[in-house]
Amino acid sequence: MTDKHDLTPLWEVFIRPRNGLHHRHVGSLHASDSALALQAARDVYTRRGEGNSIWVCRSADIAASDPSFAEANFEPADDKIYRHPTFYDIPDEVGHM
Amino acid sequence: MYSQGLIGADSSTTESEEFLAAFQARIDREEKIEPNDPMPEGYRRTLVRQIGQHAHSEIVGMLPEGNWITRAPSLRRKIALLAKVQDEGGHGLYLYSAAETLGVSREQMTEELLSGKAKYSSIFNYPTPTWADIGAIGWLVDGAAIMNQIPLCRCSFGPYARAMIRVCKEESFHQRQGYEIMMTLARGSEEQKQMAQEALNRWWWPSLMMFGPHDSDSTHGDQSMKWKIKRFSNDELRQKFITATVPQAEYLGLTVPDPDLKWNEETKLYDHGEIDWAEFKAVVSGNGQMNRDRIRDRNKAWDDGAWVREAALVHAQKRADKQHIAREAAE
Repeated sequence: MTDKHDLTPLWEVFIRPRNGLHHRHVGSLHASDSALALQAARDVYTRRGEGNSIWVCRSADIAASDPSFAEANFEPADDKIYRHPTFYDIPDEVGHM
Repeated sequence: MYSQGLIGADSSTTESEEFLAAFQARIDREEKIEPNDPMPEGYRRTLVRQIGQHAHSEIVGMLPEGNWITRAPSLRRKIALLAKVQDEGGHGLYLYSAAETLGVSREQMTEELLSGKAKYSSIFNYPTPTWADIGAIGWLVDGAAIMNQIPLCRCSFGPYARAMIRVCKEESFHQRQGYEIMMTLARGSEEQKQMAQEALNRWWWPSLMMFGPHDSDSTHGDQSMKWKIKRFSNDELRQKFITATVPQAEYLGLTVPDPDLKWNEETKLYDHGEIDWAEFKAVVSGNGQMNRDRIRDRNKAWDDGAWVREAALVHAQKRADKQHIAREAAE
């Protein structure tokens, strides 16, 4: 029963709450193909008006960054304060900018 | 709907002091742990077991109530009960997904449930002989589950906490629909009121047992609290539940079946009578009234659905092959 071949693949589910917003990850589920994954996502994740559009993709197709490189990846941004508007001194007289 | 001190987890772990201290420091800073983060083996094992038991409880929990869907006394009650049982199925799926992020497969968890190896909440091994039991389950069992699940929304493991937020949002309808059933019966004929009282008598003590053994007898509570998987002890949650529920019973005009129940002016909590832990142990170890039926029913559902799963996989494979051939032909 649990031969690798027989495993039902895992899918990640994304839902857009309403037009104008991003699709957002809400969870995952098992389904044999995309049609059944969409059907199951509709049944499991939209029982109370959670959205008007669903995306599904195979979990195996997602490439993720390695958490052990989180520091190397993301900390350099912390000291680049010149990327933020508050870094620049503009006199009040200039008005809103 | 689930609430139980974790049954028989082994939180022992073999990592270096330094690794464990660094992990504990993250927990103490209230950082959430995500699936690919380094974590002690004991933390992973405890969570796989707890989330697995929780998921199994949601799935087995569909059975006692499913028993009454075809016999609900009105269409209004029937659609509400159907929606509730659907929710429980959904809760099971969110939770299985959360456990899967820790490297255990759905198939493995399903096998453990079907073989009887995995535990689930003892409460679902009690029968539902009357319609009033459906009211009592919603009111008491879901009520107890909410007490347990609200702090789990702040659990240190991200996927579990996120699943619990979804579950808690949906759970409050369950308790209200149960209480409404009890209210209707309690305001009905003498026989109906009697039916409500008998259901309360049947479910009160098993509901208190849902919180698990007393803190003094709970073997893995401390480590789970330290890792912030749990936020409150079994006894604290049980007390909160009793304090919230007794006035609700009084409003119904029903009597909580505990002669020793007494308001304690000092602690501002109810003191309660002795819980029959021998019964709890018997039910957890497989000798409750319905243990065998529940596992038999789950096995039947799984076996009856085998052809659907097989057909879906073969169909998906066939379509994938066809697309592959079409692509090659086009190249």
